[in-house]
Amino acid sequence: MKILAAMSGGVDSSVAAALLIEQGHEVVGVTLKLWGGASDSGCCSVADVEDARRVAQQLGIDHWVLNFVDEFEAAVVTPYAEAHAAGRTPNPCIECNRHFKFGHLLERARKLGFDAVATGHHARVALTPSGRHRLRRGTDRAKDQSYVLHMLTQAELSRCLFPVGEITKAEVRARAMALGLRTADKAESQDVCFVTASDGRKAFLEPRIALHAGSVVDRAGVTVGRVEAVELVTVGQRRGLGAGGGADKRFAVSVDTSAATVTVGSLDDLLTDTVELGQMSWIDAPLIAPAGVEAQCSAHGRPVAARYEGDIVRFAERQRRVAPGQSVVLFDGNDVIGGGTAIEADRSRR
Amino acid sequence: MNVPAYLDHAATTPMWPAAVDAMLPYFSERYGNASGSHAVAREAKKALEESRDLVAECLGAQPGEIVFTGGGTEADNLAILGRHELQPGEVVCSAIEHHAVLHAAGEVCAAPRVASVTSGGVVDLDVLVDLVDSGVSLVSVMLSNNEIGTIQPLDAIRKIMAERAPQAVLHTDAVQAFPWLDVASLARPAELVAVSAHKFGGPKGVGALVVREGVKIAPIVHGGGQERGRRSGTYNVAGVVGMAAAMQATVADRAATVARVGALRDRLADGLLQAIPDSSETGDRSSKIAGNCHLSFGGIESESLLMLLDAAGVYAAAGSACQSGAIEPSHVVTAVGLSDARALGSLRLSLGVTTTDDDVDLALSVIPPAVARLREPL
Repeated sequence: MKILAAMSGGVDSSVAAALLIEQGHEVVGVTLKLWGGASDSGCCSVADVEDARRVAQQLGIDHWVLNFVDEFEAAVVTPYAEAHAAGRTPNPCIECNRHFKFGHLLERARKLGFDAVATGHHARVALTPSGRHRLRRGTDRAKDQSYVLHMLTQAELSRCLFPVGEITKAEVRARAMALGLRTADKAESQDVCFVTASDGRKAFLEPRIALHAGSVVDRAGVTVGRVEAVELVTVGQRRGLGAGGGADKRFAVSVDTSAATVTVGSLDDLLTDTVELGQMSWIDAPLIAPAGVEAQCSAHGRPVAARYEGDIVRFAERQRRVAPGQSVVLFDGNDVIGGGTAIEADRSRR
Repeated sequence: MNVPAYLDHAATTPMWPAAVDAMLPYFSERYGNASGSHAVAREAKKALEESRDLVAECLGAQPGEIVFTGGGTEADNLAILGRHELQPGEVVCSAIEHHAVLHAAGEVCAAPRVASVTSGGVVDLDVLVDLVDSGVSLVSVMLSNNEIGTIQPLDAIRKIMAERAPQAVLHTDAVQAFPWLDVASLARPAELVAVSAHKFGGPKGVGALVVREGVKIAPIVHGGGQERGRRSGTYNVAGVVGMAAAMQATVADRAATVARVGALRDRLADGLLQAIPDSSETGDRSSKIAGNCHLSFGGIESESLLMLLDAAGVYAAAGSACQSGAIEPSHVVTAVGLSDARALGSLRLSLGVTTTDDDVDLALSVIPPAVARLREPL
C-alpha cells in the first residue's frame, strides 16, 4: 500500500513508520504544522519537526511538512477557548484527531493517491468476517489511546493504520533504539500541545476570552471563597478554590460562568450515577439503548460498568462527575463502541 | 521516471564545473590562512585578492569596495545593521524585500517604512516618494525579486532620494539579479549591493557586499579585523575563489543564457496558462528576469501540488518555507494583491543556466494534470 505516515517527532510515530516500511509498504512521512505559537512539545515545535524529518531520513523515506495552522486555530484553538468561556473542560486532542489526523490528513492523502494514513496511536483496527472495522484497545493496555480515537467512523477506519498498537511501548522504544532513531528515548508529550507549562492555561486564555473573578459558594448558596477566574475551574477540582483549609475537602461540583459562580461540595456531592452525552459518534451501528457497556471518562481513566440509556449513561456505582466538555467513551471489553461529550455534570440532582 | 526537471534555481543552483575546479586546490595543497605572512599564507592571500579583483569587476566596483561575507543574508544584514549603527534613522524598503532585509530593518527600527508594490510587482514610486524624507537614513530595495522575479527601478528611487533625502544611503539586494542582469551597471545607483554565490553557480555560504568608497559601515561580526575591519573571521578562501570563478562564468554566459532561458520561460508560462483553467501569472512578465515563472491556480493548495510534482520529478517551490519547513503564504504574493486563497495556490518555477527544453516539456506534461487532479472532488 501507499501510506502517508503522520510523524509528530515522537517515538511512537517514528516506529509506526518504520514498521510499515518493514512490512513492505511505500511510506511517505508528513508532519502537520498545526500551531504557530509557543509549544513545549506536542506536534508543532521546530525541534519536533526536525526530529520527524531526521527519523524519515534515517528510514529512507520522503518527509513533508503540511501547514494547517489556520485550520487548527479555527477548529481546535478557538473552540477550546470558547469552551473554557462557557465553563466547560474541553479536550482539544479529540478535536485535533477528529479534524486533522483523520479529517484533513485523510482527505489530503486521498487526493495525493495514498491508500491509507498511519499514526503512532496505541490502538488496533480489526476487520470482522463481515467486513466491518472494529477499533480496539492497544496491546499495551497502560498506553492504550483508543479513547482519543473513539470518533472514528467505518469510512475512516478503513483507511487508518495504527502499527504500534500491536506492540508494547517498551517494544516501541526497543525498536527505535535498534534502528538508532534519535527519538528512541524521547519523553512523551503531555497535556495540551499549544499551552506551555511555563505560561499555563491562564496566560493562554487571557488574550482570547474574558476571564471573570467569581464567588465560590457551597451547596446552600453561602459564599465561602473567591476564584481569580471561573473559566479556569474544572468540575472535580479541589485546589485553588480559596475555600479555606477546613477539615472537609471541598470539590468544585459545578461551574456557572454566566453567574461567575463555582459551587463546591463534599466528595459525596461530587459523586453521581449519570452523565449526559452530546455529539455521540459510533464506530459502527449506533448502540440500541438500553445496553450494558463500560464507560471510560478520561484518557487514562479506569473503565467502569455502566448502562447506555440513550443520551444518558448510568454508572453501576456512583463516581466523580464528569466535567462538561470531557469525552465519555463506551467500550465492550477491548472494543470501542462509540462515545460522546459530557454536556451536563449531573442531571439527576438539578 | 523521466530525467527530473530542476526548476528551483531561485532557491539554489548547481555549481559551474569551472568554479568547482577552481576551488578544489584550496581544500588541499593551498590550505593557507590568508591572514598570515609566510609562503603558504601568501598563496592563499594572492588567490583571495585575485578573486576580489574579479568580483569587483563583475559588480562594477573597486576591489577595496568588496567585503566578502558568509552569504547573501549576512551581506544584507551587514548593510542594514552596519549602516544604521553609524547613521541611525528611518529605514524605507519595499513590501517584497527578502526576509534578510525585512527582518534586519525590523531589528534596527521599530517600524520600517514599507512601500507597497503595484499589481505588476514593481515598487510603487508614488508611495515611496512620500516615505522618503529628511529623517530617512537608509533605503533598501532589491534589484529583482526572489519569488516573482520583478526588476525594481533603482535609478528612479535614487532620483527620489537625491531630491528628498540626500543624506540617505541606498542598499540593494542583488542576490537574485546577478544571474540575469548586468548588476555592474543596474546597481550603480546603490552604495551598498549584496550578492550570494550559490544563486549563480557558486558555492553556498559565501557572498559579498559592495560598500562604495566613502560609505562607512560598522561590522556585525567582530574579531580579527579582516576585510578592513568590516567583517572579521578567517577568510573562506576556497569559497571566495569559487564565487569569483562562478561570477566570471556567469557574466561571460549571461547574454546568451538570458535569451535562451527567456524563450524557455515564455514557452513554459504560456503553455501552463493555456493548459490550466483558472490560472494566472504573478507580476508583469515584461518586468521580470528571464528565469522566473510564477503562477497561481484557483482551487488548490500548492503544498499538495509540490508533492505531486516532486513525485513526478518536477522540483519547484511555492511561498516561503518557515523554520519548520511548512509552506506559508508569501508576503510577496500577498503584496502584489493576490487573495489569500489564490496565494495558497501559487507555484514558482525558476529556470537557470542548466534548464533544457526537456525540462520544460516535462513540466508542461506533468503540471496541468496534477492541478486537474487536485481540483477533482473527492
